[in-house]
Amino acid sequence: MGQITLENVAKSFGEVEVIPPLDLTIEDGEFVVFVGPSGCGKSTLLRLIAGLEDVSGGKIVIDGSDATQASPAKRGLAMVFQSYALYPHMSVRKNIAFPMKMAGIDEAEQKRRIDSAAKALNLTDYLDRRPGQLSGGQRQRVAIGRAIVREPAAFLFDEPLSNLDAALRVGMRLEISELHNRLKTTMIYVTHDQVEAMTMADKIVVLQAGRIEQVGSPLELYRNPRNVFVAGFIGSPKMNLFTGAAAVEYGAETIGVRPEHVSVSADSGKWKGRIGVSEHLGSDSFFYVEDTGLADAVTVRADGEVAFRHGDEIWLTPAEDKIHRFDKNGDRM
Amino acid sequence: MATQRAHKAARLMISPSVILLLAWMIIPLGTTIYFSFLRYNILTPPASWTGFENYYYFLTDPAFIPALVNTLVLVLGVLAITTIGGILLALLLNMEFWGQGIVRILVISPFFVMPTVSALVWKNMFMNPVNGLFAHLFRAFGLQPVDFLSTLPLLSITIMVAWAWLPFATLILLTALQSLDSEQMEAAEMDGAGWLSRFIYLTLPHLTRSITVVVLIQTIFLLAVFAEIYVTTAGGPGYASTNIPFLIYNLSLKQFDAGMGAAGGVIAVIIANIVAFFLMRAVGKNLEL
Ligand SMILES: Nc1ncnc2c1ncn2[C@@H]1O[C@H](COP(=O)(O)OP(=O)(O)OP(=O)(O)O)[C@@H](O)[C@H]1O
Ligand SMILES: [Mg+2]
Repeated sequence: MGQITLENVAKSFGEVEVIPPLDLTIEDGEFVVFVGPSGCGKSTLLRLIAGLEDVSGGKIVIDGSDATQASPAKRGLAMVFQSYALYPHMSVRKNIAFPMKMAGIDEAEQKRRIDSAAKALNLTDYLDRRPGQLSGGQRQRVAIGRAIVREPAAFLFDEPLSNLDAALRVGMRLEISELHNRLKTTMIYVTHDQVEAMTMADKIVVLQAGRIEQVGSPLELYRNPRNVFVAGFIGSPKMNLFTGAAAVEYGAETIGVRPEHVSVSADSGKWKGRIGVSEHLGSDSFFYVEDTGLADAVTVRADGEVAFRHGDEIWLTPAEDKIHRFDKNGDRM
Repeated sequence: MATQRAHKAARLMISPSVILLLAWMIIPLGTTIYFSFLRYNILTPPASWTGFENYYYFLTDPAFIPALVNTLVLVLGVLAITTIGGILLALLLNMEFWGQGIVRILVISPFFVMPTVSALVWKNMFMNPVNGLFAHLFRAFGLQPVDFLSTLPLLSITIMVAWAWLPFATLILLTALQSLDSEQMEAAEMDGAGWLSRFIYLTLPHLTRSITVVVLIQTIFLLAVFAEIYVTTAGGPGYASTNIPFLIYNLSLKQFDAGMGAAGGVIAVIIANIVAFFLMRAVGKNLEL
């Protein structure tokens, strides 16, 4: 079980209110991703749930019982830190065994769990090494192993992949998703990488300056961003946002259209511009179109076969039903 | 500096300082060893060759064995007090509390008091059986004051020396504590480790290196404690607080016997090496040298 409910949870450091009161429910077995720009309070929120920081107000309920004042150990949650936080003078085996040793689990059971975790995480050959003798990806897996063996009610991950290189990141992303499919344990995952958020989450929580901007499934957020911030944050490459005449035409303060919802043509269309930079990835082509009078550069995604080069004239046409309209406050209309 | 050429250049560059340092060490050591084989009283020159006679008299002196034991007791006693006390103080100072800066300076300050001064202060203001603070305290509780320096001479000196070295240990251990990764501590907290477990499984292993440094550096100086003994007990009563340096002083310098002094010095060097060897084995296992 691992249902977590935050009721009016707030956090201030001295005078500074980092997290204004917020409500959030995380269902048992869900993979929830907290995403937002740097400094928006993702780690703080996670640490509040973990019990590593005291709340300034509100209530944290875990599996129906009030855990607001409970010590971190009593909450039955396991955390994987960005710096891995492995114990440097203990072997991998001892690192993984540590929480079980603290819980007083007997040796045979400890060994069984270590072996199965090591097998699942490809660590069997490294059990007798020290963390210092492992690569970043292996260290990450040890940290995950240490979390798994406790059989926690929920896993908390704080940017676990941000120290890894791009290729390894994709691999570990898949491993964590697989782990979730297998264990079906609640996971809360903090990242500022919206690709990680989109690919892994059952539910994304978009945060800005400690406020929850929107909660929803990845596709919900992609299709119906509730405001300009979410629209610009979710999706890669970013949604194009236009103000001024182009927006007024649609009766809005701001309109947004995703790069993949703009079609291109050499001779006709709605908006005219010139190619600034073109990127051909084979499967797709990305064009950064200048001189449209809409924005500095409009990003467009087209089929890989479409060939435009730097300086070419290009016409853009948005898919009318995919245009997002936002009012003066930045909220969806 | 991975290439042959770089190695050669480096060796050439550092050779002057290495040669100077070697000469700096070898010449005094050589003269000491040479003198130790001479019958050489400064008041009655010239010197004459005697072979191992000086060593024989030094090692068979009735005070030698007690002095050796006293030296070891003093070193180990001070080491125990300063490392354990240092760890506790460092843990305390590492916490955040009001007036932290001032308290830290106060804790460090005994280190700046020279041994003769601190010994005199201890002798006259604390341990004096009539006017000392301890005597007053004892009387306040209706107890008979203890004459520390004559009844417990070695313990008294151990306390004085430990007082002087506690700041050093505290300082080194405090800096080590400050470099302990707080996320590791938090991870352990989430793993269900209580205060004591965190101390045993995280803090202590993290401190081993610094403890080793504290022990080794202090040992070098503690083997040579002299001023505290000289101004308080003068090695007595009997040989009760005579250590090897004080014995050397007694047997040689007092009688202007340079040969005997040199022999004592060589023996002290040998003892220091033996002690260092065992200490390195005992504590240095954790140190990747
Ligand atoms: N111990 C603290 N004392 C004071 N302010 C803090 C403390 N910890 C965090 N903050 C502030 O709280 C805000 C949120 O910090 P937090 O670490 O939660 O951000 P984050 O979303 O995790 O950012 P990042 O993606 O860079 O990790 C920041 O503005 C930070 O300066
Ligand atoms: Mg963070």
